[in-house]
Amino acid sequence: MAKAIHPEKSSNCRNDNANGPAKACRNDGVVIDCKIDELYYSTFKAVRDTSIPVSKNKITAFIGPSGCGKSTVLRCLNRMNDLVRGFRFKGHVHFLGKDIYHPSVDATAVRRFIGMVFQQPNPFAMSIYNNVAFGLRLNSYRGPVAERVEDALKRAALWDEVKDKLHKSGLSLSGGQQQRLCIARAIATEPEVLLMDEPCSALDPIATRKIEELMVELKTRYTIAIVTHNLQQAQRVADNTAFLYVDTSGGGRCGYLVEFGESKQVFSEPREQYTKDYISGQFS
Amino acid sequence: MNTKDIALKPPMQPLRPDINPFAGVDFPELEKSLRRPRTLVGLLLSSLVSAMTLLALVPLFSVLLMLLWRGGQRLSLAIFTQLPPAPLEQGGGFGNAILGTLIMVAFAALISIPLGILSAVYLAQARPESPLAGAVRFGAKILTGFPSILAGVFAYGVLVLAFGGYSAIAGGVALSILMLPTIILTAEDSIRMVPAKMREASIGMGATPTQTTWMVLLPTAMPGILTGIMLAVARAAGETAPLLFTALFSNYWIFGGGFDLNQPTASLAVLIYNFASMPFENQVDLAWVAALVLVLLVLITNLIGQAFSRRQIQD
Repeated sequence: MAKAIHPEKSSNCRNDNANGPAKACRNDGVVIDCKIDELYYSTFKAVRDTSIPVSKNKITAFIGPSGCGKSTVLRCLNRMNDLVRGFRFKGHVHFLGKDIYHPSVDATAVRRFIGMVFQQPNPFAMSIYNNVAFGLRLNSYRGPVAERVEDALKRAALWDEVKDKLHKSGLSLSGGQQQRLCIARAIATEPEVLLMDEPCSALDPIATRKIEELMVELKTRYTIAIVTHNLQQAQRVADNTAFLYVDTSGGGRCGYLVEFGESKQVFSEPREQYTKDYISGQFS
Repeated sequence: MNTKDIALKPPMQPLRPDINPFAGVDFPELEKSLRRPRTLVGLLLSSLVSAMTLLALVPLFSVLLMLLWRGGQRLSLAIFTQLPPAPLEQGGGFGNAILGTLIMVAFAALISIPLGILSAVYLAQARPESPLAGAVRFGAKILTGFPSILAGVFAYGVLVLAFGGYSAIAGGVALSILMLPTIILTAEDSIRMVPAKMREASIGMGATPTQTTWMVLLPTAMPGILTGIMLAVARAAGETAPLLFTALFSNYWIFGGGFDLNQPTASLAVLIYNFASMPFENQVDLAWVAALVLVLLVLITNLIGQAFSRRQIQD
């Protein structure tokens, strides 16, 4: 709990170099240890002083108001921000003890271990089967593709709905089904971590509930980090919660970590006034 | 006051009950009437738009009807198997011209499709904002309006003069110059139209830029790219001017003395051009049939392309 606030606690990760033993971190239960001192988009400072440990087989939720940099931080964890021109940051992101921003690290390889589910369901314009098999094809998987596809769809709780139309377009499904298809696609390659960027914001409450149940099931096998606007959702599913807030004092809008801890603690007895205000504001 | 009363009353209680809120509203105003200017203008403009649409269809359908009527009469198997007749000779066909057009368009497609799609990948995906991309895009846009006769003169200067003779190869090169810009620009647009979220999904899965391009962008953009290719093929098949300078014409089969692309080659467009201006009835009739066959060829190409792109989307 509150590892980010006590740097010495996760220091055994940080001091290990890229080739150092990753064991210490695994024992620690921290799969991704991120520490962002300053993050810029060109000259715009978007995030500062945020460090969040993502623990193994737990769901870590990032909450906070719009523009506080939750998604930005999440996208740092598998180097999706590399696509944004002018992106640079000071700090580090360690995945199993390895610095993923080290110049010797291939960003595409990182993303194969740290999968992502986006806000808008984004299946490819190909069949349901090919959508799920996509990751396997990327890695020239030589094993039984059909079995892996079926397995992934079952674990994404979508198999019964699509088993008779695997060769229909993935775009023909409903929004909630599309999002579960995207989850199936992401887990078909057995990533270590699943990042979810507001996965339910485009879905209705029933589909949302299904995805939430799915997340709780998936965490036995994967580590999940989720950005959400929905505080109840964070409370329902997340083991740990990070609350980020926007600092407008310098004239800009710079997000930073206010509080990190077990969800129970963050929601029932927040240590910081900002957290208290934000949470109670939503409920009153 | 029970709920029934509320339902029957106007939704808002007037502040002053003595003023009727609907005093200024003239309810008959709501009925349609031609006496009101806006109704009249609307009706007039609607009729104008319909009339213009019909008018625009007149040339298209009159050309098609004319072709079917004049060309349809002579349409027979002999057209496809026989060689063009000499003046005053009866019968004959233009099988060599059909074959020549197919070969030269195929040759042009063979050059311009890979070149065009790969450049489009560069423009849309690899280095969209590099100076080279800007220059290529500018060049392609100018080249779309390029007078086709200049493409012929260019191929004449570069290939015919250099290699000492008219040939199907020179014709194919001239046509590929005309096809290239259409293919580049439509393919670039189609690749750009692939939703950004699909690209993001692919990158998020750990695909390299090459894998993203081959496995997501090009398959998703394929219907649009195919449409561009069909447009380009249709344009190239109907071009006469560039072929006059490069492939010229021939009264013989291209495989007459062994299959050789390096010899003057017949094409439908040049045949139409030659025969339509001849004073012999047989030749003029054949020109009509050739025009019909050319239109049918383009039509078939388009239908195949559409069927193919539709299957791509469903998969």
